[in-house]
Amino acid sequence: MFQNYFKQYTSAATLAFFRLAFGLMMLLSLIRFASYGWIEKFYITPQFHFTYYGFEWVKPVGIYTYLIFIICGIAAFMVAVGYKYKWAIVSFFLSFTYIELMDKTTYLNHYYFITIVSLVLCFLPANCYFSVDAYKNDKIRFQRIPRWNTDILKVLLAIVYIYAGLAKLNSDWLIEAMPLKMWLPDNTKIPVLSYLLNQTWVHYAFSWGGMIYDLAIVFLMLNKKTRKFGFFLIVVFHVLTRILFPIGVFPYVMIISSLIFFEPTLHKKILAFVAKLFSVSLVVFENGKDKVQQYTFFNRVQLGFLTFFMAFQLLFPFRYLCYPDELFWTEEGYRFSWRVMLMEKAGYTEFTVSDKKNHKSIRINNTHFLTAFQEKQMAFQPDFILEYAHFLKEYYQKQGFENPEVHVASYVALNGRLSQKYIDPSINLAKENESFKHKTWILPFNDTIKGL
Amino acid sequence: MKKIFFLISVIALIAACSSSDGETTTSNDGYDRTALLTHWANDIIIPSYTNYQTKLNIVASNTTTFTTTPTEANLVVLRASWLEAYKAFQFVSIYGFGKAEDIYFKEKNNTYPTDATGINTNIISGTYDFNLISQFSKQGLPALDYVLNGLGTSDAQIVAFYTGTNAAKYKKYLTDLVTTLNTNNDIVLNDWTSYKTTYIANNGNTITSAVSITVNDFIKNFEKEVRAGKVGIPAGVFSGGTLYPEKVEAFYKKDVSKILYNTAIQASQDFFNGKNFNDATTGPGLKEYLDNLNVVRSGQNFSDIINNQFTAIYASNALLSDNFATQISTNNSKMITAYDVIQQNVVYLKLDMMQALKITVDYVDSDGD
Repeated sequence: MFQNYFKQYTSAATLAFFRLAFGLMMLLSLIRFASYGWIEKFYITPQFHFTYYGFEWVKPVGIYTYLIFIICGIAAFMVAVGYKYKWAIVSFFLSFTYIELMDKTTYLNHYYFITIVSLVLCFLPANCYFSVDAYKNDKIRFQRIPRWNTDILKVLLAIVYIYAGLAKLNSDWLIEAMPLKMWLPDNTKIPVLSYLLNQTWVHYAFSWGGMIYDLAIVFLMLNKKTRKFGFFLIVVFHVLTRILFPIGVFPYVMIISSLIFFEPTLHKKILAFVAKLFSVSLVVFENGKDKVQQYTFFNRVQLGFLTFFMAFQLLFPFRYLCYPDELFWTEEGYRFSWRVMLMEKAGYTEFTVSDKKNHKSIRINNTHFLTAFQEKQMAFQPDFILEYAHFLKEYYQKQGFENPEVHVASYVALNGRLSQKYIDPSINLAKENESFKHKTWILPFNDTIKGL
Repeated sequence: MKKIFFLISVIALIAACSSSDGETTTSNDGYDRTALLTHWANDIIIPSYTNYQTKLNIVASNTTTFTTTPTEANLVVLRASWLEAYKAFQFVSIYGFGKAEDIYFKEKNNTYPTDATGINTNIISGTYDFNLISQFSKQGLPALDYVLNGLGTSDAQIVAFYTGTNAAKYKKYLTDLVTTLNTNNDIVLNDWTSYKTTYIANNGNTITSAVSITVNDFIKNFEKEVRAGKVGIPAGVFSGGTLYPEKVEAFYKKDVSKILYNTAIQASQDFFNGKNFNDATTGPGLKEYLDNLNVVRSGQNFSDIINNQFTAIYASNALLSDNFATQISTNNSKMITAYDVIQQNVVYLKLDMMQALKITVDYVDSDGD
């Protein structure tokens, strides 16, 4: 059966369309990001950055941070036009991932999505059709490619939707309509919509509708009969989220990406339209050649890696099961798991650094070290609190404190619950270290959220 | 059919691209912010400043009486009016924005512990500029505390300074302190007559809107001045247990620190409930705002949770000595308990309430010690 699957072919136009669309969307996203002054605001201005465990060495590099964005932008453009594709997509993957890892304050699921899509694209012959590379070199020009080359992208999209749907199967979302009950009111001034969004039944309708949409949409898109309806839902859903929430370019990325589920005839039409704009023709790429799946050692390693990678994608989001207490409370295993818009969470922290021996003590003013955005994110995420505590320890050690102790008074409010004490105030955070183990100094949630 | 879908998506793209990116929230929660701001300005803020002005005027006339005839009896009268003014100040301390911010109104009125040595130097030299930052700790109500209560251990000893060889210098300093307090308050109060219109018109819900500024300052005052200044710092909460009884408010008068603290709590609770300054009626306020949004936590109105916590604060204060310095030196654990109870309301206000009202915490607070 596997052998048979790898002998199935599909039009290269689908992958070429995806490459072009992906490259252009990334280029526009980067331009938008830069034009808002976010490079400076997020990566240059802050004196301290929250890093990912194991990637502490990935940091902004001062003024050269702009260079990383420029490289990323140029790479995105080269991916779009398919010029020196392999170099371009690898450069894009590396530079984009570097940017993403510089500061976890800005973590977004959709950045992670872009990282894994670009990693997979490194292994796909996306430049064999409608690209500068294939135009110049007929050896790499193919009309048809192995079917798995496009299926793998569909699987990535399917994981995002289905896992986001599964994550909504919890009592806060379905029974309490949280956090939509807190978010939807007063979100818009559009007359009828604004009235509706203040109605409780609408909050429940949106919660349940969103869950059903996430779980069902991939199947609607896979079935030819329901595909157009499915796409209609995708457009409505994402435009609505775009109007109601500040979620940037994500809706467009999802709308455009989901076009990959359509038949290749559509992708060919779009490419033909684009070609016409630039007075070129698709005919040269219609050479009737199939890119036959090879099984050299190198191919086998590639396939092996991708198989492992996909299995990892399926399992990794479930790692939260290895941790005690409530996932939403501890956030251990929360990121990289397609948990989107599930929590209204905010925190209050007040740190004290003390030097017991010399009877010195200071109450920390967080705004001295963190931007407003960083402080907001830090206040309810334990790994942020710990990393910041270590930063404070080192800072005050340089200020002459001997063995500084760092304690925090910390409170968190989650999904419409009254705030509770979050971190054990008696714990000296300077002595605790980051690891994949459960953080025992997070105080218990004292409530249960049932479900996945 | 396909074309229709593409048309939809293209229109959607254009529509969405042309809107802003949600960096600033536009709210339409239905609460009448104009009415809220009008009530705050007309019935709470301006009457609070007016009351403080009245109280300061009494201090000024009593000062004239005392400097003309420095007797122990006149000192007692002056001291009583000083305490009334100090209580009145707790009500205006909440509003550290606008002109008050420009002229460092709060810092000039109530920076403590006051600098007794610096004040003595000022008195003898006779030259000082109260507008300098270095002079903030040598003026205001705490400086009056020192020159009215702290120069000697008995009233006779204190009066002796105003009748002795340097009497003229002491009288001048006392008069200057009182005049400066009056002048500063007049500046802020007069500005409110024109500022009021701007204030009420700024009825949006962005970070620079009047509601956001006022609520942020209210919480800042409650957290920094009321919680930390009056209780936390002297009780050693931020110094790893090292106690600072000399850092209590009105240290030289000694037995009024609890009165001032309770007054400040009352001022905060009244503001939260939207209570008129001059009578018991309540109007629009944070309580009504929260109730309007139907904010419920743990099965009860969130505004009730906050008011219950205010009740708990009074209850824990009732166990304290009138003189916080004594309380800290003899049994600080009761101070710590009182601190924990007010800290809980800081969290309710700064975290839960701000989250419910969708107001961003924006203030830049300064270092503690």
